[in-house]
Amino acid sequence: MTAPVAHRESVPGHLLVGTPLLKVRDLTVTFASRGRRPVRAVDGIDLDVAAGSTVGIVGESGSGKSVTSLAAMGLLGKRGVTVTGSVEFDGEDLLNMPEDELRSVRGREIAMIFQDPMSSLNPVLTVGRQITEILERHKGLKGQAAKDRAAELLASVGIGDSVRRLRSFPHQLSGGMRQRVMIAMALACEPRLLIADEPTTALDVTISAQILELLRVLVKDTGTALILITHDLGVVAGLCDQVHVMYSGRIVESAPRRPLFAEPQHPYTTGLLASVPRLDQPRGLPLLPIPGSPSDTLPWAQGCAFSPRCTRRVDACVGHPPVIGPAPSRVPGHLVRCVNPVPYDVEEPTP
Amino acid sequence: MLKFAVRRLLLLVPILLGLSILVFLFVRALPGGPETALLGERSTPERAAAVRAAYGLDRPVYEQYGSYMGKVVQGDFGVSIQTQQPVSDEIKRRFPATVELASAAILFAVVVGIPLGFVAGRRPGSWVDNTSTVGSLLGIAIPVFALGFLLKYVFAVRLGWLPGTGRQDVTITTEHPTGFYVLDGILTGDLPAAWDALKHLVLPAIALGTIPLAIITRITRAAVQEVSNEDFVRTAEAKGMTKQVVTRRHILRNAMLPVATIIGLQTGLLLSGAILTETVFAFGGMGSFMAAAVFTRDFPVIQGGILFLAVVFVLVNLLVDLSYGIIDPRVRTS
Ligand SMILES: Nc1ncnc2c1ncn2[C@@H]1O[C@H](COP(=O)(O)OP(=O)(O)OP(=O)(O)O)[C@@H](O)[C@H]1O
Ligand SMILES: [Mg+2]
Repeated sequence: MTAPVAHRESVPGHLLVGTPLLKVRDLTVTFASRGRRPVRAVDGIDLDVAAGSTVGIVGESGSGKSVTSLAAMGLLGKRGVTVTGSVEFDGEDLLNMPEDELRSVRGREIAMIFQDPMSSLNPVLTVGRQITEILERHKGLKGQAAKDRAAELLASVGIGDSVRRLRSFPHQLSGGMRQRVMIAMALACEPRLLIADEPTTALDVTISAQILELLRVLVKDTGTALILITHDLGVVAGLCDQVHVMYSGRIVESAPRRPLFAEPQHPYTTGLLASVPRLDQPRGLPLLPIPGSPSDTLPWAQGCAFSPRCTRRVDACVGHPPVIGPAPSRVPGHLVRCVNPVPYDVEEPTP
Repeated sequence: MLKFAVRRLLLLVPILLGLSILVFLFVRALPGGPETALLGERSTPERAAAVRAAYGLDRPVYEQYGSYMGKVVQGDFGVSIQTQQPVSDEIKRRFPATVELASAAILFAVVVGIPLGFVAGRRPGSWVDNTSTVGSLLGIAIPVFALGFLLKYVFAVRLGWLPGTGRQDVTITTEHPTGFYVLDGILTGDLPAAWDALKHLVLPAIALGTIPLAIITRITRAAVQEVSNEDFVRTAEAKGMTKQVVTRRHILRNAMLPVATIIGLQTGLLLSGAILTETVFAFGGMGSFMAAAVFTRDFPVIQGGILFLAVVFVLVNLLVDLSYGIIDPRVRTS
């Protein structure tokens, strides 16, 4: 099943001087359950996040974005899950870290925000309690001191009347407010890395824009590195320094933000771009969804997983797994996993 | 909250009306009547007719029902045909025994069932889980009276560890200000009496509590498994909360919501199980009293007893629903 790992030499180490804050190498996650074929949800991911930078991970539903982040945090559980590769945070190996130590890294050094702020908050605890418990755990703050700090945190994410709000239960807040609470919780211990897994998918457009702006300002002010997971390239456009596009468990294209939007080279990326409405695009370009669905896939060992849906498919796409390498554009840090990439200097209207 | 309680109490009126009609018709549809038990061998058609007339049973049913309900609304449930005591006095005397037994049974079920279901739910497939699954199935399948006889035979008759009949050793004479014997012993400072009453409670409580125990274990297990997969548990993990906090504060509290409902329902249902248990262990409560009343066709006792138990059932469930508001803020504030 495992392909020869030729792509591993071309790790995106380009941008970085010194050790990155988070360094993921060849991360592979396989789910096995009795009576079913094992599913390889993440298949050899390499990822670097520099301190204070913002990295986007983009891909359709099921491409393995959440599993990547959960595996890195050790949040996948143990039953029927195999995680291999390495995840280093500040030089420490997270995957082999003792449970207790990992628990004290989570929430303090690395925090997470999830997609659905309703189900991600405990319905029977007050908002205040859900914030103070993390201050108690990692900062040793108790009683009134913890409450005061929690109110400050709520105020800092733009929740008015924050002292009274501490006593609210999640169901008494709107979706946007709940996500603000999640952000306040995540930033409670001034983590060095924040992973936001589709933080705005469950919210409507205006609220979503407010939340993204809040995230942008907060990470900039605090110097927190951010991994922003989304299936919406529009979300990435305003925030990310580096973008990784995932398909079927692998990164198919990696690039700094500008080249990714200006000169996308993987047909999947162009497909994603064509399906997002954009202001800077010539008018009249139709919005085109990518044909087919993520389930029309090929195992990577047998060729490019995207080839069954790809409009630029050639014979070389099938047979052996495509290798990730420097993109023809030669932009530093731009990598693509495609044998027939999109020509970069031509405006390529999607057929 | 108050409005909710009042509405539920008002609902009692139609329930009791319907139930009273059903019970009234049911007891009269039984073969034989109170005269059979009263007269026994001495029965002749004339004597039987005289007894029936004395209790007004020769009148048309709707007439009997009308005059019965007329008294009931004034709080008069009639007089027991067997003991010639007012039905309400008889109930007052026996009800504490049943409450004591039912509380002990539900306490046993909760104290054993929740931790067991919790461990089983956290470690599906472990030996605790497998043992509790088999045990629960057995517990639900075995009839209450069969289990009662078995426990009595093994622990009272063969091993002699615990008493198998009654509520208190006959040699102990003590005051009973409340009718709850364990409590009475403590209140009057007669601790040996309290201890003795407690020992008398053990076997019947286990017999009666086994079905609720099995059900509470299963429900807790399912709830814990379900809650463990909730997003907010993942959030708690991502916050780096200790394992203990994750399980107690986040998983267990949420898993208690369905368990509370089931405890309420089971408490209500215990009343029916109590009839068999009290009979097996000669435990002088409502259950054995009602069972005897059915055999002797003591119509006023059957009618009054069932109406009384129905009220208790509704009140218990109301209490449970109110307590639900304490653990679930979504109920409390909406
Ligand atoms: N516990 C699990 N057991 C088996 N398969 C799983 C499990 N969790 C995820 N998967 C599979 O892994 C793949 C990747 O899932 P993942 O949740 O990472 O997708 P995603 O990119 O985050 O998508 P979305 O945008 O819907 O959140 C999916 O095909 C999913 O079916
Ligand atoms: Mg996801």
